[in-house]
Amino acid sequence: MPASTDVRPAKPVAITPELVAAHGLKPDEYERIIKLIGRTPNLTELGIFSAMWNEHCSYKSSKRWLRTLPTTGPRVICGPGENAGVVDIGDGLAVIFKMESHNHPSYIEPYQGAATGVGGILRDVFTMGARPVAALNALRFGAPEHAKTRHLVAGVVAGVGGYGNSFGVPTVGGEVNFNRGYNGNILVNAFAAGIARTDAIFYSKAEGVGLPVVYLGSKTGRDGIHGASMASAEFDDASHSKRPTVQVGDPFSEKLLLEACLELMASGAVVAIQDMGAAGLTCSAVEMGAKGDLGIELDLDSVPCREPGMTAYEMMLSESQERMLMVLRPEKQQEAEAIFRKWGLDFAVVGRTTDDLRFRVSHRGVVEADLPIKDLGDQAPEYDRPFVRRTAPAPIADLNLDSSDCGEMLIQILNSADMSSRRYVWEQYDHLIQGNTVQRPGGDAAVIRLDGTVKGLAFSLDVTPRYCAADPFEGGKQAVAECWRNLTAVGAEPLAVTDNLNFGNPERPEIMGELVGAIEGISAACKALDFPVVSGNVSLYNETNGRAIPPTPAIGGVGLVESVGATATLAFKAPDEPILLFGAPPSWGSHLGQSVWLREIRGREDGPPPPIDLAHEKKVGDLVRALIRAGLLTAVHDLSDGGLAVGLAEMAMASGIGASVDHLNNEPPAAVFFGEDQGRYLATVTRENFEAVLARAKAADIFAPRIGVTGGADLKLGRSNPISIAKLREAHETWFPAFMAGKS
Amino acid sequence: MKSAVIVFPGSNRDRDMIAALEKISGHAPATVWHADTDIPPVDLIVLPGGFSYGDYLRSGAIAARAPIMRAVAERAAAGVPVLGVCNGFQILCEAGLLPGMLMRNASLRFVCREVLLRIETTQSIFTDRYRQGEIIRCPVAHGDGNYRVDEATLARLKDEDRVAFRYAGASAGGGNPNGSIDAIAGILNDRRNVLGMMPHPENLIEPLQGGTDGRRLFESVLERIAA
Repeated sequence: MPASTDVRPAKPVAITPELVAAHGLKPDEYERIIKLIGRTPNLTELGIFSAMWNEHCSYKSSKRWLRTLPTTGPRVICGPGENAGVVDIGDGLAVIFKMESHNHPSYIEPYQGAATGVGGILRDVFTMGARPVAALNALRFGAPEHAKTRHLVAGVVAGVGGYGNSFGVPTVGGEVNFNRGYNGNILVNAFAAGIARTDAIFYSKAEGVGLPVVYLGSKTGRDGIHGASMASAEFDDASHSKRPTVQVGDPFSEKLLLEACLELMASGAVVAIQDMGAAGLTCSAVEMGAKGDLGIELDLDSVPCREPGMTAYEMMLSESQERMLMVLRPEKQQEAEAIFRKWGLDFAVVGRTTDDLRFRVSHRGVVEADLPIKDLGDQAPEYDRPFVRRTAPAPIADLNLDSSDCGEMLIQILNSADMSSRRYVWEQYDHLIQGNTVQRPGGDAAVIRLDGTVKGLAFSLDVTPRYCAADPFEGGKQAVAECWRNLTAVGAEPLAVTDNLNFGNPERPEIMGELVGAIEGISAACKALDFPVVSGNVSLYNETNGRAIPPTPAIGGVGLVESVGATATLAFKAPDEPILLFGAPPSWGSHLGQSVWLREIRGREDGPPPPIDLAHEKKVGDLVRALIRAGLLTAVHDLSDGGLAVGLAEMAMASGIGASVDHLNNEPPAAVFFGEDQGRYLATVTRENFEAVLARAKAADIFAPRIGVTGGADLKLGRSNPISIAKLREAHETWFPAFMAGKS
Repeated sequence: MKSAVIVFPGSNRDRDMIAALEKISGHAPATVWHADTDIPPVDLIVLPGGFSYGDYLRSGAIAARAPIMRAVAERAAAGVPVLGVCNGFQILCEAGLLPGMLMRNASLRFVCREVLLRIETTQSIFTDRYRQGEIIRCPVAHGDGNYRVDEATLARLKDEDRVAFRYAGASAGGGNPNGSIDAIAGILNDRRNVLGMMPHPENLIEPLQGGTDGRRLFESVLERIAA
């Protein structure tokens, strides 16, 4: 041990109410700790409790409601509670996936915050034995005119790309939104999916007493120490020695960790494995022990550290990246160690499993913590917080639908912050690596092929925060339905979802009401659409100065493609093909409350969001999917933001083929072309198959009017002036680069 | 016909390259670890894309000094075809097997998209299945693809017909994605058996990937060395 002035005197720190509060623990929670352990905790123990009982790790405000979600199904192998959800996709394979937020760090330090968000979610997937095959991300930024927005967009996008590109996973899709509600709290939700054999999935539940607990990966440093940033000043004068509290990612180490872990798993050495994410060593050790009804003993003298003089408190709470904890079969120790040495990574036995259900941590011969493991882990506190439901907004009564030209309005919408092309973003992500990308970003859902098969997987992330803000229940339903619809629109069978619930402070009843309403909506939709929730993450307290973000329950869906040769894309395929509108009401569309049109053209954000009829959604989607799989549709696109006009424009821009759409008598064009009625798809069909497709729609009792025909180089909406595809593309493609260059 | 793919810590398109070689030739290539000092007898050596050693210090700089690179240089000198794609191109430049170097993209951003490439010479084992002046599609995915070389060497590359590919077309669906001098996308060594290129032909070899324009590069070299 080199001499170091960093070594802390072994003087016990007084546990004051201020120190307890600085650790985010409420007085009643602290009372509960004293009752549990029968004495005052020391500083390390206080840190461990704060790490395990915080909202992020314990789900204490949301657990009661998360339990109401449907989480099982014939294909579900493992639902919520593990590192990620596991779903059977046939042929002895499983898809393993999850979405997780990294909101706060990304606002403080956008590049590293976003990068480590991607790193964390990739680790969640490969901890379970899966090689990551796809990444997506849902990003929400503040208003474009807000002073920090451009800087945050540049940093977050570069960070997502910097990590995923180097690691070697294709980033195939996602969402980017701008809204002043995120000015002080951006959202970075990262999704990853991987593939594993169903007989080679690894879990975090430890089994067996007296087995070695092994530390793998990078060394532990002082980065990301939870709570320490606030608490340290009050109890430590040597604060100059603290590093900034945002974690720093190293995708190179993560790539080595991936290869080493997969090699290790194939060797049969692993009993249980858990990545060190939030609350690092503490959370991973407690979860492995608590799930397996075992105690864990850790000897911190063996933990590989980046710098000398780290205390037990710092080691237990460090969030240094690219680390794993594993319970090992003792007879395989040499073989396992050789694999990690080959990849140049740390491998250290740091403890063992016990049968006494205690979490015991020692350092330099001193017991630094001795706590009941179950109460830290799966028996952590749970709250039933009071909530108030929001009254649904009244329908818009005073909307004067004048005869403005729909083409002009379409151009304005396509050139807006929220509706413009995201090419600037996804071109910074390597979306082609691994050579299996069948549908690239820009479509309804991304599609990748499964190596060595004709099958594929489809992915989509969705939520419409303005709908959720107006009506959390309908907004929650809509997020699930749109995700299901996007997967259906490429021909995939929707399998299951992961949810990333981003909300404000749950201690405020109106925020809790948003959370409850959204979960109820998600639950209703997932049940009706046979679309279980298999993993997820809750991010609360997204508030600045008492202003909460719009409720943002992001849904990440995975679908199974039976044959990657039989999928649909949104680009028109040929001129002179009839265009059908599946699932339309008699007026084609009419719902303008909370629509993009209302916001962009009229500057209003009011009214109710479009309601979702889940039975209708399912019926229409099942027909569209069957028609795609039968090869009867040439192009398919789901309708969402911006309605029929934006949907048609996207199909035309993707292909360079125009379209001419009929005028509907007695209906206001703005409602027809910009209404956001749900459960609708646009599709084209060859003239040869036209009658057969109409017959199938009629037999299924689905209204599918022929609304126009493809062809030419213009898009003509009813009686509006035609607009050239070149003009549409210019409007669509220019906003983002101009904004980033400071020109808009 | 046998080929070998060199794997460095941080290589990540090694699997894409191995899959492409296997699909096109019917034979799985050997994989050779960076710490090895010898390469089995093969007819083609490939340095794949990725972020070897995290691309720390400079792209390809550490990998160029890995133990295996001495063997790569010896085989290249003996006339064995060597293909370096993306990070492989960067490593070949850093190792002195090709002139010039790859700097940060002019945009200072990573770029992943399809570009158009003009076949500038068919006088190489890698390009003789293409037509002179033919325009092909090919994806790029890199942050450091901005090829730079001094004027004298550039003049020599042109005089000796050693520019293999240039970025072609206007910006929509084409164009120079990284600011490379003279829009250079790939170059040959003076013996014409070492090719370095930034684009990824291994990611465009079957219809499901959206096209097959990259396939003929592998067919050229595989057919020639099989003969």
